[in-house]
Amino acid sequence: MVSFGIDIGSTTSKCILLRDGQEIIGSSLVVGGIGTDGPRKAVQQVFEAAGISPDEASVSAVTGYGRSSWKDADFQVSELTCHAMGGRFIFPELRTLIDIGGQDAKAIALDKSGMMKNFLMNDKCAAGTGRFLDVMATILQVSVNELGTLALTAQEHASISSTCTVFAESEVISQLASGADRTAVMAGICDSVATRTATLAKRVGIVEPVCISGGVARNAGVRAALEKALGVKLLYSELSQHFGALGAAVYAYRKSGAKSE
Amino acid sequence: MAEEVVVKKTRPPLDPNSAKFKLGQIAAKAYSDAMEAKARGEKVGWISSNFPVEIPETLGIHVCYPENQAAGIAARGGGARLCEVAEADGYSNDICAYARISLAYAKIKDAPEQNMPQPDFVLCCNNICNCMIKWYENLAKDLNIPFIMLDIPFNPDNEVSDEQVAYVKGQFLAAIKQLEEITGKKWSDERFKEVMENSCRTSRAWLDATAQAKYTPSPFNGFDLLNHMAVMVTARGKVEAAEAMETLAREYKENHANGKSTFRGEEKHRIMFEGIACWPWLRVTATGLRDRGINMVTTIYADAFGFIYDDFDSMIRAYCRVPNSINLETSRDKRIKLCKDNNVEGLLVHVNRSCKLWSGFMNEMSRQIGEACDIPVTSFDGDQADPRNFSEAQYDTRVQGLTEIMETRKEAKA
Repeated sequence: MVSFGIDIGSTTSKCILLRDGQEIIGSSLVVGGIGTDGPRKAVQQVFEAAGISPDEASVSAVTGYGRSSWKDADFQVSELTCHAMGGRFIFPELRTLIDIGGQDAKAIALDKSGMMKNFLMNDKCAAGTGRFLDVMATILQVSVNELGTLALTAQEHASISSTCTVFAESEVISQLASGADRTAVMAGICDSVATRTATLAKRVGIVEPVCISGGVARNAGVRAALEKALGVKLLYSELSQHFGALGAAVYAYRKSGAKSE
Repeated sequence: MAEEVVVKKTRPPLDPNSAKFKLGQIAAKAYSDAMEAKARGEKVGWISSNFPVEIPETLGIHVCYPENQAAGIAARGGGARLCEVAEADGYSNDICAYARISLAYAKIKDAPEQNMPQPDFVLCCNNICNCMIKWYENLAKDLNIPFIMLDIPFNPDNEVSDEQVAYVKGQFLAAIKQLEEITGKKWSDERFKEVMENSCRTSRAWLDATAQAKYTPSPFNGFDLLNHMAVMVTARGKVEAAEAMETLAREYKENHANGKSTFRGEEKHRIMFEGIACWPWLRVTATGLRDRGINMVTTIYADAFGFIYDDFDSMIRAYCRVPNSINLETSRDKRIKLCKDNNVEGLLVHVNRSCKLWSGFMNEMSRQIGEACDIPVTSFDGDQADPRNFSEAQYDTRVQGLTEIMETRKEAKA
């Protein structure tokens, strides 16, 4: 039995195909989220990658900010539940998940059985999200991933004290204009995202193992800064950005009985 | 091509004997009575929500509530327009949106969403928040009218001391004297006794009505309380209010006996809603819950308007114990009791940008409530009257997450 999960985010669309709730047989990631043709392309790509036709997926679930606009799925689930399920699929003992996506950040507490027991999300502000990094990377004329990699080479960390994306943008420009080292500024930017997210994680309660998911998880600079801010080792998977879609596929598989009833 | 026929649904008229009709009439009459009094040349005032209503009611003075007006304006779509008027005059958009709307209204003197007469004096009490002081001071200064202020300080202790009662009582008596001088009306102890009895009777009926949420399913939709509380704020000293609230309690009991509820659909989950309603997005916030079968069965308002007392001094004690003037532990315990009494399964917290006082301590308080009641807690950003501080998508995700936790817990128990 093949279950299909799609995560329509604010900036990207991700899909996962899962066989018998255990084996990932296809994945896709397309830049372009809600309101674009990204979801459609991501669906097309995942079935091509798995070498099966869409008819072979017997059950499906959609998640992400675009979940309510996608009518083809059997189930619609919040990204909170999906990230928790996706994280637990990859890391079976997982107790805390930190997800940093394009426009929000969340900290999710799981109980011993893997059930989501509580969560916290960022307030109505772009600080501490992928959008913050996008803005900063644009100023520094590097990609978001380069920003993270270069931050790791910094000899010292600049202090980005503003919590507002727009104010932080001005602060970064001022520091660069004053001749601050670019890698130090990059490290300061990663620290800014990490400290903002760490407060959420601390409030929800850190219980190890802890993992990071979402697009920002791919940023090595933020991962390192977050580990330092929390004082724990962060588990990371190359599939971290797919946890939402993976969780949706897991959810669809578990609920497949409900669909057939 | 056939002509399209649009059939507009019309609601059946309300039964004039129903609580909803009676309560609506009382709330509307408060405004029309004040308008008529002003037209007759009587002095009318603006009053903050936790100023003792017994004082103007006993004196026979008509007053209007800027907080209720601002909520009404916001619920009918005028919040941003009036906030922008105040902001153009230099008021920060970080201050209370009720204050901004009220200050704007005092300037432009017209809001089709909810008009009320301009004041001849203002009555302010800071037991609900301290922003109130500067808001009312500015109203008084802008309009060049008397400012009557009752200072009821935040109480860090668990009980109200005799010293605090004495401090507040002196101010109550001074306020009565000032009002007698301004309006020419006289205080009557006999009339106060009647008002006190009405207020206690109304409060008892309110507590009785809200307590019916102890039943599962609840015989009412908790959003009803947000509408009905307008009468608790403005008119609880009137005999009509007591009768209407008693009707409400009776209806809820009948609903329970007959297996009915004002909550439409199946009640799958029961939550407590914490904070002032997000009036500009009331429909969205209510629908987001109702569509998932979530009934908001209780709020702190259920407890907050239980003003039960039997003389002048105990009335003062009651006003020294309103929700925003008491310590975190007492506030928490009141909410824990409401959650337990009403079988609450989750807590939804409105982080209200307008109300720093209320929202500021909610991170910690809601954590403690969640632990004590073993329920999941989530919060959303919003505002009581400024529509610009809310994101529907963010609200929806948080409510869905809360729902999924409650569902999973039920499945695990089953």
